[in-house]
Amino acid sequence: MKTLKVIWISLFDSLRDLLPIILIIGFFQFAVLQQPIPNFGEIVLGIAFVVIGLALFVQGLNLGLFPIGETMAYAFASKGSIFWLLCFAFALGFGTTIAEPALIAVANEAAIVAANGDMIENSEQSLASYAQGLRITVAVSVGIAIMIGVFRIVMGWPIQYLILIGYIGVVIMTVFAPREIIGIAYDSGGVTTGTITVPLVTALGVGLASSIEGRNPMVDGFGLIAFASLTPMIFVMGYGMVV
Amino acid sequence: MEWWCNSIVLQIFADLVLTIAVTVWDVLPIVVIIFGFQLFILRKPFPNLKNIITGFLLVLLGLGFFLEGLEAALFPLGKLMAQQLTDPAFIAGDDVGRILEWWDYQWVYLFAFAIGFSTTIAEPSLLAVAIKANQVSAGSIGVWGLRIAVAIGVAIGIALGVYRIISGTPLYWYIITGYVFVLIQTMFAPRSIIALAYDSGGVTTSIVTVPLVAALGLGLANTVPGRNPLLDGFGLIAFASLFPIMSVLAYAQLSEWIARRSKKAPA
Repeated sequence: MKTLKVIWISLFDSLRDLLPIILIIGFFQFAVLQQPIPNFGEIVLGIAFVVIGLALFVQGLNLGLFPIGETMAYAFASKGSIFWLLCFAFALGFGTTIAEPALIAVANEAAIVAANGDMIENSEQSLASYAQGLRITVAVSVGIAIMIGVFRIVMGWPIQYLILIGYIGVVIMTVFAPREIIGIAYDSGGVTTGTITVPLVTALGVGLASSIEGRNPMVDGFGLIAFASLTPMIFVMGYGMVV
Repeated sequence: MEWWCNSIVLQIFADLVLTIAVTVWDVLPIVVIIFGFQLFILRKPFPNLKNIITGFLLVLLGLGFFLEGLEAALFPLGKLMAQQLTDPAFIAGDDVGRILEWWDYQWVYLFAFAIGFSTTIAEPSLLAVAIKANQVSAGSIGVWGLRIAVAIGVAIGIALGVYRIISGTPLYWYIITGYVFVLIQTMFAPRSIIALAYDSGGVTTSIVTVPLVAALGLGLANTVPGRNPLLDGFGLIAFASLFPIMSVLAYAQLSEWIARRSKKAPA
């Protein structure tokens, strides 16, 4: 009986999270565009899927992803090897980004922009190799970002100084980067951190900050995602300048 | 009317299986890295391995359902809506053929604001960070407080980003001004919120927000005269990742101010 209650509550919570989108799309469809909803049955089924999916995801977070991140943070802290911790941070950043579907889409669009701006040859092969190079660049930059972020947690540095350096980096690169690439570079910061990466990386950071003496999980534990959204901007503009 | 043996419904279920398979494939590198380090470097078994594997499977299954549901229900409608709302014929109304000014796009701004807010509330990554922040802060940061603060930031960001595309002003002006704002706010914000605020910029733009917002940007860049879709369609995601930083910092300052005021007030 208790399980059934948990299921109902989590389904209800998901439906509540989804309600704003449903209301807004409904409002614009009926009141502004004044059109009927096409394929009503399909849409109801789709919404049911989204609600079920979100409820399963939240259960899985607390059961799986958060404990994985925390357990590994404690294990690294007790092992005391900063070298392996940084290796893990880089691998996690790189590995989660290289397969990110949103990044693949952005890289392909960037290749088209580059070809239109006569930065590269407009052939299928050069487009593919440009997109591939960009994906690797962004993945390396996220790997470096998580590594720097983890090092910051270990050292207990205030985050704002590092972010300030990052902002200055973005501004300087903006001055020198080709105009065509700037929009994509700025957007690439937002698309790199996927739905599985975020909970894992957050739990890792908070776990590290809780297990290292003198660190506060609230002040020091967060901030890994912030680095992961800043370095791709710098690296993509750099890629645009070099290639 | 046996709707359940309707071919579209069958198609959705077939797509669901495919989506789950793709999600598993995408997540494979992460699994290899985690178990590789756990087995060879840390050399410790996971405690509660059974729970962890169940949790991981639930996340994959959940994401599969979530993505497939979005594809089947919300994305087609939302993308079509973005196209229709940015269509010059709709914006000009009865007066077809006149030159459109930036204030003619009021429905587009409203749509941008509303879709930014509502997709952010549904974003699973933000939910994850909000749950974690709530646990770590021992409840002093509310799950809903943070999510609403972030959603307001994204809403303002996307509405302003839409104005930028329509007016054709350079993207970096806005972003660099935003950076200056963030740094000034950082000087006055409570120390414990800063890292979380910076994080909330990156987590908001994910599987729900990006496709809808990208469709809006592309629709505008295609139809506003003088805009190049390849150059001007981008930048909305950048706005959506910058403005939540400001709104979360503002939320923290505001709650601190309210707490201080209620402490000062005689009991």
